[in-house]
Amino acid sequence: MVRTRALAIQTATVLAVLGAVYLVLFILKLAGQGQTFALQQLISGIAIGAIYGAVALALVLIYRSTDVINFAQGEMATFCTFVSWSLITQNHLPFWGAFFVTMVIGAILGALLQKVVIAPVENAPVLTVIIVTLGLFEAFNSGTNFIWQSQPKSYPTPFGAGNVKIFSAAIAKSDLGSLVVILIVMLLVYLFFSRTRLGLASRAAAQNPLAARLCGVSVSAMLTLGWALAAAVGAAAGMLVANKLTLDPNMMIGVLLYAFAAAVLGGLDNPVGAVVGGFVIGIIQNVVVGSDLLKGIPDFVAFLVIVIALAIRPSGLLGRQVVKKV
Amino acid sequence: MLRVNNLRTQYGPIVALRDVSIEVGDGQIVAVLGANGAGKTTLLRSISGVVRPAAGVIDYDGHHLQGLSAEKIVRLGLVQVPEGRQIFTQMTVLENLRLGAYTRRDSAGIAADLERMYSYFPVLERRRNQIAGTLSGGEQQMLAIARALMARPRMLLLDEPSLGLAPLIVRDIFQNIRAISEQEKVTVLLVEQDASAALSIADYAYVLETGRVVLADRAQELRQNEAVRRSYLGY
Repeated sequence: MVRTRALAIQTATVLAVLGAVYLVLFILKLAGQGQTFALQQLISGIAIGAIYGAVALALVLIYRSTDVINFAQGEMATFCTFVSWSLITQNHLPFWGAFFVTMVIGAILGALLQKVVIAPVENAPVLTVIIVTLGLFEAFNSGTNFIWQSQPKSYPTPFGAGNVKIFSAAIAKSDLGSLVVILIVMLLVYLFFSRTRLGLASRAAAQNPLAARLCGVSVSAMLTLGWALAAAVGAAAGMLVANKLTLDPNMMIGVLLYAFAAAVLGGLDNPVGAVVGGFVIGIIQNVVVGSDLLKGIPDFVAFLVIVIALAIRPSGLLGRQVVKKV
Repeated sequence: MLRVNNLRTQYGPIVALRDVSIEVGDGQIVAVLGANGAGKTTLLRSISGVVRPAAGVIDYDGHHLQGLSAEKIVRLGLVQVPEGRQIFTQMTVLENLRLGAYTRRDSAGIAADLERMYSYFPVLERRRNQIAGTLSGGEQQMLAIARALMARPRMLLLDEPSLGLAPLIVRDIFQNIRAISEQEKVTVLLVEQDASAALSIADYAYVLETGRVVLADRAQELRQNEAVRRSYLGY
């Protein structure tokens, strides 16, 4: 009962902030552009927001389980997306076949990275670990450039061309399809953590490694699992946004920035917060881009909102306020 | 069941346990007493595989535990209730109990054990969907013990179960420990600062001082021992 009440308060806070932000921005761009436009921006915002949310989710999964900020998350996703591109264009795999295979490849890649690169620096100072992930960022970016070259490639979508009408607004079929798929992926991740024995053990290992070990949980295996899952989610996000952004080695750099912002906004230790944060930022970004007044500075407005939100609530919209008992 | 021989454990240059030898027989309740810093927690950590000893042998039912991982030792049936409870405060009571049974796959057995835990500790059943961090100190201690029992251990290690608890609650907890030990046929090794509570249920006891065993005897002898009474029992 305590849990649902706290959750209700948190949800209400988030919705209130979301509503307030949207209202302010909506008023700002009143300039006669009307309801349809606002709805249009809202929907596009949700579509791209889902991608930000997915990458943010990957960041939070890794941070929560290993206390590491994985700066290479976006580049790993780009690399995997290129792999799927090769599978589709050179090996002639159907889209969904390549999608699942690549997610598996991503998971294996994530697991290997954790075991070989991250685990050895587990007990090193934070700065060392940051540099390691920045190194991975460089390695993946250069590697992707080297293998596939830097010319942008067009990436297929399995959802067909054209738009779908939602009330008076239109959304590209590919955007809608991507949105649905990424939501399914995120739902599966949620179910894994909340309903399965392994998910429970993984949460335990993140919250209290000592107690988890004393219950027979292999904490190191859970860390590896966290990286594997995060890499798979990142790969899925990359493959679902590639059609929209066109595929090149730097595709995810912008996305990663917003994903970070989303993760911080939602509270770095909260996966649901990361997803919600993603939507908030996606919506803000789109509404601002559509506004005559603010359209030159979408990034600025998004980050300004984040700074204000964190000033009011430093642990993030849904983050746990850490109260240390003295 | 458990035989510790000449154990030495150190944290870097600091030697926490020096040549410690302890024996726990099948079905017994053995206590290790000592003040803060005597090495009691280090002893349990060494046995449970959380810390690797520098020297010595830990023999549990024919298995050599020194050098084994903590996860492996749990699977051998030796489970610790750590100092300060260490429950998963952000999870529900039920999730905590399920984690206790992590090493088991028999869902029917787990369900039956859950019922048995509820019968030992009715408050846990009432609060089974409550977040564990909201429980009182005594309730958290019961949860920690129940969680350990969910693994169906043959031996239980308890690290300062009285820590931070009111005297009346402590008495309750210790009577529970004794009852459970008899009913579940679990051997118990407990370390404690609260000597009188520990000696009230133990069969045999050791006294640890700065990493060495200084006294070892049957509990009722130690209760009469002049030195123990002065230093640890307060009269």
